[in-house]
Amino acid sequence: MTMESSAAEARAAQAKTALDAWVREIVEWHFNPDTGCPFWLDWARGAGWDPRRGVNGFDDLVKFPHFQDEKLRGGPVRRWVPRAYADRPTFVFETGGTTGIPKSRVAQEDFRIDYELFSDTLPDEHFPRGGNWLMLGPSGPRRLRLAVEHLAQHRGGICFCVDLDPRWVIKLIKKGWMEHLKAYQDHVIDQAVTVLSAGHDVKCLFSTPKLLEALANRLEADGSCLKDTGITGIFAGGTEFTPQWNRFAHEELLDGIYMTPTYGNTLMGLAASPPSGPENGYKITYYAPQPRAVLQVVDPDDADRVVEYGETGRVMLTTLTREFFVPRFQERDEGEREPPCDQYPWDGVSGVRPFSRLASATTVGVY
Amino acid sequence: MIHFPILRWGQEYKSLELAKVEHFLTGEPVAEVSQANPGIVARDLRKGANRARDVLREIPCADLLAMVKKGGELFKSADLPLGDGVQTPDDFVRQQSATTGLPEHLCRMNMGKLEYVLAHLDDVLRSLTRRLDYGILTRGYGEEDGVMRSYQATTPVLGMVLPSNSPGVHSLWLPIIPLQIGLVLKPGPQEPWTPWRMAQAFFQAGVPREAIALYPGLGEVGAAVLNNSSRSLIFGGAATVEQYAANPGVQVHGPGFSKILIGEDQVDDWERYLDLMVESVAVNSGRGCINCSGIWAPRHTREIAEAVAERIGPIAPLPPDDPKAELAAFTVPGQAKAISADIDNALKEDGVEEVSARHQDGGRLVPMERCDYLRPTVVHCSSPAAAMAKKEYMYPFVTVVECPQDKMIGAIGTTLVATGLTEDRAFARALLDARNIDRLNLGPVPTTRLNWLQPHEGNIVDFLFRPRAFQQAS
Repeated sequence: MTMESSAAEARAAQAKTALDAWVREIVEWHFNPDTGCPFWLDWARGAGWDPRRGVNGFDDLVKFPHFQDEKLRGGPVRRWVPRAYADRPTFVFETGGTTGIPKSRVAQEDFRIDYELFSDTLPDEHFPRGGNWLMLGPSGPRRLRLAVEHLAQHRGGICFCVDLDPRWVIKLIKKGWMEHLKAYQDHVIDQAVTVLSAGHDVKCLFSTPKLLEALANRLEADGSCLKDTGITGIFAGGTEFTPQWNRFAHEELLDGIYMTPTYGNTLMGLAASPPSGPENGYKITYYAPQPRAVLQVVDPDDADRVVEYGETGRVMLTTLTREFFVPRFQERDEGEREPPCDQYPWDGVSGVRPFSRLASATTVGVY
Repeated sequence: MIHFPILRWGQEYKSLELAKVEHFLTGEPVAEVSQANPGIVARDLRKGANRARDVLREIPCADLLAMVKKGGELFKSADLPLGDGVQTPDDFVRQQSATTGLPEHLCRMNMGKLEYVLAHLDDVLRSLTRRLDYGILTRGYGEEDGVMRSYQATTPVLGMVLPSNSPGVHSLWLPIIPLQIGLVLKPGPQEPWTPWRMAQAFFQAGVPREAIALYPGLGEVGAAVLNNSSRSLIFGGAATVEQYAANPGVQVHGPGFSKILIGEDQVDDWERYLDLMVESVAVNSGRGCINCSGIWAPRHTREIAEAVAERIGPIAPLPPDDPKAELAAFTVPGQAKAISADIDNALKEDGVEEVSARHQDGGRLVPMERCDYLRPTVVHCSSPAAAMAKKEYMYPFVTVVECPQDKMIGAIGTTLVATGLTEDRAFARALLDARNIDRLNLGPVPTTRLNWLQPHEGNIVDFLFRPRAFQQAS
């Protein structure tokens, strides 16, 4: 064993110890009648066992069934608010909802904490402190819109936003109204170009691959380019973030602008990725913000089995914050399990894409 | 393993995403195909589409014609670049068969068909342009017989979303280069072979590399080709046809619902036409939109169905390299099973009977380890009202429908090729006037026998060039 590998193993063991301690703290919090939320307290009453006694570390979470996000549909959303936080101002963020009742997640400070942690991963030379931001992503009852705005403010900047209704986009796709879809995308890009041309000194951008590409194409068609706008750093997210797209963006769209891919959703924080480029085949590996969230790659036929490194499996998320407890939620994504790295001494996931067994029913990359 | 790169205006580009194409019987990988991302398509078309037409316009149409004719010869007989080596014509046939499930001799037949079209392309273009001086297309205007004529290209390039299942359809895009319009091809996932080999043949014959782009990929890439080309061709099923029917920039090629219509005056002699019916239904494994999927007659329909079933019902799957193989495999998992189930469902209706079943021990569906086959199917319908009478599938499948002559044209629905067997002037006139029929054959011409000098589902020249008024002060 080399000194490097033994140091890495020590860091991983340390991270695991910290995770186990955090799990005990969070389980104690959520299942303590004085602090926990009505949903989990009710659940524990029916479960026939006391998680506060039965959970001594992360591995014991296997005693919980896989969280079903269907439970998040409909009200009262207060059932998710921890009793200890009942008097705090509460946000509700939605996901889905093109038809029917959307899934809701309550939040108070989580989105701020998650994005402040993420902020620590952003290099100041590309995301300058005090620099203004453009949020080129979904608006409405979405966590992302407020979270990006908070990120900008946390870093001393001001965030400009566009109106983008992803539910309408999904309807257009489902109806096959491709001309309307194109027109709506143009409408969103018009807003972005207007902000960028209005003297707001925007330095940082949040975007999805599709919108980033559309913005770059529009700017080039207008005789300009992304670099000319003054943007120096891009924070991007989306499951269509493939190595090939990453390479295409670096080689043909960004012209040296720094871009950091991320993976996240309403249920978790934000999984960041170490830099990627030609040296690693533009492979993007995401690491969860442990211990607040844990990503595992599991056997789709036996979700209790974490697959080997390099093996493909379904992404499983566990969220562990004082505001929200989500044990072993099987995401609609799959990917390959990756070993810990210098920056993140815990498992990661690469090649994230829609779970192939569900892919035909999923509309991805809508904005 | 053979690798197909993306061709970005002739320049090879290896993607980080590779799709494997497998042998339909053994599952062995035959090739890996670089997958484009939609952004590449959009970007290339924005930057290079006009350049594609410009480089072609620097070469006279007549010279381009000579080049593509030469390309046809090379396509059929030369060793052409593929992967790290070369591909012989025999390699092409074996490889195309291996991934599409089409018997090798049918692949060879389609190869010959493409070469034939290219060899006669000057006649084809003369016919499609109505003998227009090509210089007028290049310049945009010119005088003919003392009359000023002006044609404006509607697009610098033609986008094409090509299918996997019918290599013969590539004949539709062969006339494009001599018209000085660039090519943007999105090959079918199982059939990268023809677009690649044809592009290589064209390059070797002198066609500028900047005039041709090739973007393998999935549906999003096809959508990018359509969205970023002013004019496109797409091949697909009924849903695709419906989606693009109202889009004037997209010419859709879907199911043909081609038919043989037998008139009152000929139906008592139906046996004279049996060979024609069998050929129309079964040639090329029934995969083409020009294959007949409906034989309509006012009487004797049961005897006709029995006779056709006796001829094609016994046809069974054979290995792809068997020169007697007449059936192509279904290589998409579950597709043949779904079609067979759909047929079973439609057979429940009164007056609908599968006549070919008694010629097929073990049934029409022949499941195999990695693919499936469907044996030729003949169904008798005692009325055109039966849902089955409107069915068409991608194998030798035909309904024989009893229908009075005077109700026939109203009941057949949209029909790509109709062969009208009649000498009755009134019925022939009605067929000529029927706007639901595209290609019309009057007399004993199989639906599958095309005259290449005539337009197919619209004249490609009219699609690519707009006649307009032009005056120039002297």
